[in-house]
Parts: sequence; C-alpha cells; structure tokens
Amino acid sequence: MIAETGLAALWLAAGLAALQFVLMVSALRSGLAAGRAMRAIAIVQGTLTLISFAMLLWVFARTDLSVALVFENSHSAKPLVYKIAGAWGNHEGSMLLWVTVLAAAGAIFALLSRRMGERTMLAALGAQAALALGFYAFLLIASNPFARLSPPAFEGRGLNPLLQDPGLAFHPPTLYLGYVGLSVAFSLAFGALLTGEVDARLARAMRPWVLGAWILLTLGITAGSYWAYYELGWGGWWFWDPVENASLMPWLAATALLHSINVLAARGALKAWTMMLAVIAFSMSMVGTFLVRSGVLTSVHAFAIDPERGTFLLGLLGIYVGAAFILFAVRGASLKEGAPFELVSRETGLVINNLLLSVILGIVFLGTLYPLFVEAVSGEKLSVGAPYFNAVAGPLALLLAVLVGVGPLLSWRRERRPVFKQLAVPALLGVAALLVTFIVAPAIGILPRLGLTVGAYLAAASILPLVGRNPLRTPLATWGMVVAHFGIAVALAGMAANAAFTSERLAVAKPGETLSVGPWLVQFEGVTPMAGKNWTAIEGKLTATRGSGPVTLKPQTRYFLDPPTETNEAAIDTFWNGQLYTVIGKPDEAGGWQVRLWWKPFVTLIWLGGVLIGLGGALALVGRLWRVRRRRREPDWRERYA
Amino acid sequence: MSRAIRFAPLVLLVVLIAGLVWRLATPVDTNVSSKLEGQRLPAFALPATLPTKPGLSSRDLATGQPRLVNVFASWCVPCITEVRVLQQLKARGVAIDGIAIRDRPQDVADFLNQHGDPYQRIGSDERSQVQIALGSSGVPESFVVDGQGVIRYQHIGPIEGSDVALILTRLEQAK
Repeated sequence: MIAETGLAALWLAAGLAALQFVLMVSALRSGLAAGRAMRAIAIVQGTLTLISFAMLLWVFARTDLSVALVFENSHSAKPLVYKIAGAWGNHEGSMLLWVTVLAAAGAIFALLSRRMGERTMLAALGAQAALALGFYAFLLIASNPFARLSPPAFEGRGLNPLLQDPGLAFHPPTLYLGYVGLSVAFSLAFGALLTGEVDARLARAMRPWVLGAWILLTLGITAGSYWAYYELGWGGWWFWDPVENASLMPWLAATALLHSINVLAARGALKAWTMMLAVIAFSMSMVGTFLVRSGVLTSVHAFAIDPERGTFLLGLLGIYVGAAFILFAVRGASLKEGAPFELVSRETGLVINNLLLSVILGIVFLGTLYPLFVEAVSGEKLSVGAPYFNAVAGPLALLLAVLVGVGPLLSWRRERRPVFKQLAVPALLGVAALLVTFIVAPAIGILPRLGLTVGAYLAAASILPLVGRNPLRTPLATWGMVVAHFGIAVALAGMAANAAFTSERLAVAKPGETLSVGPWLVQFEGVTPMAGKNWTAIEGKLTATRGSGPVTLKPQTRYFLDPPTETNEAAIDTFWNGQLYTVIGKPDEAGGWQVRLWWKPFVTLIWLGGVLIGLGGALALVGRLWRVRRRRREPDWRERYA
Repeated sequence: MSRAIRFAPLVLLVVLIAGLVWRLATPVDTNVSSKLEGQRLPAFALPATLPTKPGLSSRDLATGQPRLVNVFASWCVPCITEVRVLQQLKARGVAIDGIAIRDRPQDVADFLNQHGDPYQRIGSDERSQVQIALGSSGVPESFVVDGQGVIRYQHIGPIEGSDVALILTRLEQAK
C-alpha cells in the first residue's frame, strides 16, 4: 500500500499541475480572478510530491523487495542510512527527488512571494507548473519508481559500494536542491517576459532564490570534489569529467546571474541580459540532467544508458528552453534598458564579471560537447581532458580573480574617487608572493605560479570593502560578499599549491621497507585482513614520521560481496600545512605490496575556500531576507512619500 | 537589441538538439578501430623467445603470402582459450606468428606445452615496445598482414570459435 500511496500522490500532483497551468493561461487572458486558486493549488501540489517522496523513503527503509526499484538498488545487509540514501542513488528515485524539489520550490514560492506584481506572480506559478508537469509525465510514463515486482525477490541487488559513503549520500540531494532552486528563477524570468514587467521588483523577488540555489550548488560541488578526492583513490580533486562539468555549468551561469541581478535590483539596468541568464542557468541544470541520465557522453559516473529516457528528457529540454528562447526573441525588443552608467563604475565591473563567467561557461560547454559533435561530423572519436580546460579556462579564471579584487571598490553609476590607490598593498603582496615562488620553487608551472600570486593579492584585496567601516554597521550582504571573495582567494591558493608542490611516490614495498615522500619518511609495516558488515578488506599499516612523533595510517582495499566490487579506501592524515594521502593496492608474487603515497601541501584550502564561498552566500541571503522583514514591518518613508 | 542577437540563442538550441538527437539515434560504438589498418607494419626485429623457434622481424612478415600475427602472453587467461582456436586455423593452413608480451622463456614453453603451439615464429617483446608500435592496447590481439607487410585487419580481444570464418575471410581478402 505504501508504494501505491506514493504513486497516487504523484498522479494527483500531476493533475493539479495541469490545472495550475490552465488557470494561469485563463488568468492572463481573461482577468486575474481565475488565478486566485493558483497559490493554494501550488501548495497542495508541493505537499503531494513530498508525500510521494516520503513513501519512497519508507519502502527503502523497510527494504520492501516487492518494489522493483528496491530490489535493484538495496540490500537487507546495508546500514540504514545507506538504505535511505539508496532511494535517490538511482535513476527513478533521483528523478522523483528532482520533481519533489521542483514542486516544493513552487509551493514555497506561492506561500512567500508577496512583493511583486500579481500578473507576473501568476505567470511564474504557471510556468513552474508547466515545468513540473513535464517531469511528472517523465516519471509516470518512462520511470515509475513505485513499479511492483511480482513475485517479490528474496534479496536485493545491493548498491554500488562506492555510493556507500556519507559524502555521496548527501552530495546529490544538495546539488539537486541547487539545480532545481534555479527553476524558480527560470519561471520568474518566463513570467516577467510574458507580462513585460522586467523591473527591480522582479529582481528582488528572484534574488533569494538564485542566492539559495547558488549556495547549495557551491556546497554540493565542493562536497562532490572532496568525495571524488578521498573515495576514488586517484589523489585528484577535479577531473573535468562530463558529469562534473554538468554541475559546474549551472554554477557558472548562476554566479553570473547572482551578480547581474544586483544591477537590475539596484539600477534597473541589464534587463534582457539578466532574463537570459536566468533562463540559461536552469537550462544548464536540465542539460546536465540530460547528459547524466541519457548516457550520450561517456563518463566515470557510469549511469545506466537508456535512449528512450534520453529522448524524453531531450524533448522536455527542447520544449522548455525553446519556449523561453522564443519568448525572449519576441519580447526582448520591448525591454527598455534602465539607468545609464559610465565606463568606470560598478555596473561596468559587473558586466565584465558576467562576460568572463559567460566565456568560461562557453569553454566548459564546448569542451564537454565537442567530442559529440566531432563524432557527428567526421566519425572520429576523441576526448577532451584537463589540458584543454586548464589551458583555456585557467587564464580567464585568473583574470577574473584579479578583477574580483577591483569590482567591489567601485561605486554605482560613476567612480570619481581614486579607488585604485587602495589596491597598492594587495598588489605588493602579490608581487612578493611571485618573487617568493621564484626563489623557493623556480621550476613550477606558470598557472600554479600565477595562481599563488593572484591568491595572495586577492586575499588582501577582498577585505578592502570593510576597511574604514564600522564592522557592526556594515550590512550582512557586504560581509557575505567579502567572505565569498576571500574564499575564492583561499581556494585558488589551495589549487595552485596542490598543483605546484604535490609529491607522489608509487612503489612496491615489502613489510619493513621505508619510502620517502615530500618531507615524510613512511614505513610500511605490513597488512592485516579485516571484515565489515558487508565487506572484507586488506588493511595496510603505514607509520609516517617527519621530525616529530610518528603518525599511523591504515589504507584499505575493500572487497564488497554483493555486488562483488573492489574499492580503495585511502587513508588520509590532515595537518595544518597539507595532507598525507596513502593508498594500498595489490600484492606481487615476491611478497611486496603496491603502495601509493602523496604529500599534498595546503590541498585542504581548496575545499575550505569552497565552504567559505558558500558561507559568504549564506550571510548575504540572511542579510537580504532580514532586511526584507524589517522593511515590511516598518514601511520605508521613501516608498510612502515617493 | 537587434533581431539577429535575439534569435541567436534559439538557433544555437536547435543546432544543439539536432546534434543530441543524432547522438541518441546512433548506437554507441565503443570499439576503437586501429589507425594502422591499411598501413605498412612498423619496422622491428624481436629476438627469439624459445631456443627451438626463430624470432620475429617485420621482414619475416612480407613473404608474398598473408599471415596472422598474434600478440599474446603466457600470463593472459583469455589467451588460453584463444590458442586452441589458433590451432584450428593452423590446421586449415594459416601461417601464424606470435609476439610474446612481457614474458619469460620458461613460462612461454610451459604455456605452449600445456595448451598447444600454433606458432611458426615467436618474437619476445619484453617491454611492449613493438606492441605499442603496432597500436595494440592489450593481449590478446591479432593482425592480418598481407604479402607486402601491410596490416589489413586488427582483431581486438581473443579470436573465438565464432570468429574463425571472419579471420579466414580477412586472410582471403589480403591475398
């Protein structure tokens, strides 16, 4: 009955979404009265999908083997938390999560949004319903998560052991919340293009959604990167894999949107561009979902390949993005650009920010899809890897990081003050860092060297907006910006230090043998067999010394029983100045074991920077919402007398 | 904003979707075909693995008649099943030479004693240098070479019983 309840809730939600869309059309044509019920419908629709998703969690928690999805993706011997995580660790479940977040976002939007034009509000609710409707159809027609298995199975087929990891249990839902949070920005842009009300009020309504989605995307990508780093045992933190790029592209678009939306909110300018970015950001989320779910690109994220589902998703993508682009093409001409600005102004700074982010987005998009098009045209197979992305996107990202230090210092409309003088100290720090790298490490590559230079400069430059201000009276949004920009400097320094100074040692070691890596001496003590709940393992014992007392690391090779799979559990020890990363591999006939050691100076800064960027976003979001609340309680005199 | 710019995103979207539709409609072919097919063998000369058989050089493969070159190793499990199929080919008059990859003479001798010996010559490629020059990414792989020493066909993975007809056809075409 649980599964049937879930399915029934899904059908009801789909029906309500259809009704919501029809009401939007009639409200816009024949008067707003028809749309009065839409808010309530959106809220009920969101509740129904939450019920449906809760039912899926329930059948997974109980390991109900009469449900086909549970049989294929779960196992009674799995720890409870991974049984529950298994609900979204597969195609059908993750699509249900997608539509649940989509409908819940629509419900929250209907519940909270009061500060905008009624027509645009209804148009956006209708657009959100249309989005949800397509994904309901996809679930109910092509990917029913509640399909029964008859007769029920005796035992499930397990879950990929790589996925039995806290990092991965929570990384996809975080990313999904981010992807789908952008759907509200899409619907708002669609609604505003439909009604023609593209103004500062719209930007202020859209901003918290973009900010919230962007925070979750930032944290999701950071968590995914750390998961790949410690779980896959390759010692790398970003692989330019198509699925990683699928999460990076919406992030880049959302980052650009986040900045341009401020121009629209504060100055009423960049109207068409901001609407375009809002459409592109969610489109990139859909493109990402399509690339991941259809199997058109080969990736280490080996998801099941299914052309039928791929065609369905592509159809949805074409309809939604196509409709938005057509609307943009038809209505774009009627958008009047807002207040003008001079060449040296914050507006110009944000336009350059947007241009650079868009070019980087284009580079990633091209690199990800290029193999596909080359094969379509010439039949030749090739893959685009890190050398392309690093060489093309790297310098642009560095240039952007330099400008991140400048932009926040400029004022709106025109800048008459000598702001560039403030940058003397950060610039000197950058030059000092550059000189130090030449003395300490003359042989490192140009990108890591410039990365360290720009990191040092930006760490100082990002704090400048706070200089000379009372920290308690500085708005939280400004604090958020400073923290996020400082986070960029931190992450950049981590990436550059990791690329420049990592030392690696790959050896076949016999018990008792000592290997050196970086400043460390690592003694291989031997191996012992281990057993867990659903795995057995060979565990190596390594003792590492560097001047002071020794540390012990215990990397494992795990053998999972069902399905039979082997994973490497790296042992990582974190110090203030880096990580010692160890992996144990296979034995050879002579009694030696493959041992792989890395010393990665300051690598943790990469993820620390990512968390800081997300934290900065969170501060800005809290600041904005708090100000909105205050303003509502006590109406602004400017508004009263304007 | 000009009309062209406003419609540009739409045009790009249509191109993208056309490309993706093509991709979905075409089945994925994961085999990487050899760039060396139709090209002359790279020049090489490998020493003999066994005292009882001569080694193998690229000159030995341009004899006027098509030959089959089999890249194998005693430590390779699929090679065990393949070597029996090679025996059948040998019985039908196919001239087969072997290249032993990263192998030891004693192990190769044991392997041939145990599973049969279809080879006329066996060259020892201790560091996979010739294997890489041939564009072979693993063991076993086989090459049909024509009488002038030009590679006509590359077979990736073991030649199984069901592949015998294919190999014979390729050899016939190489004449």
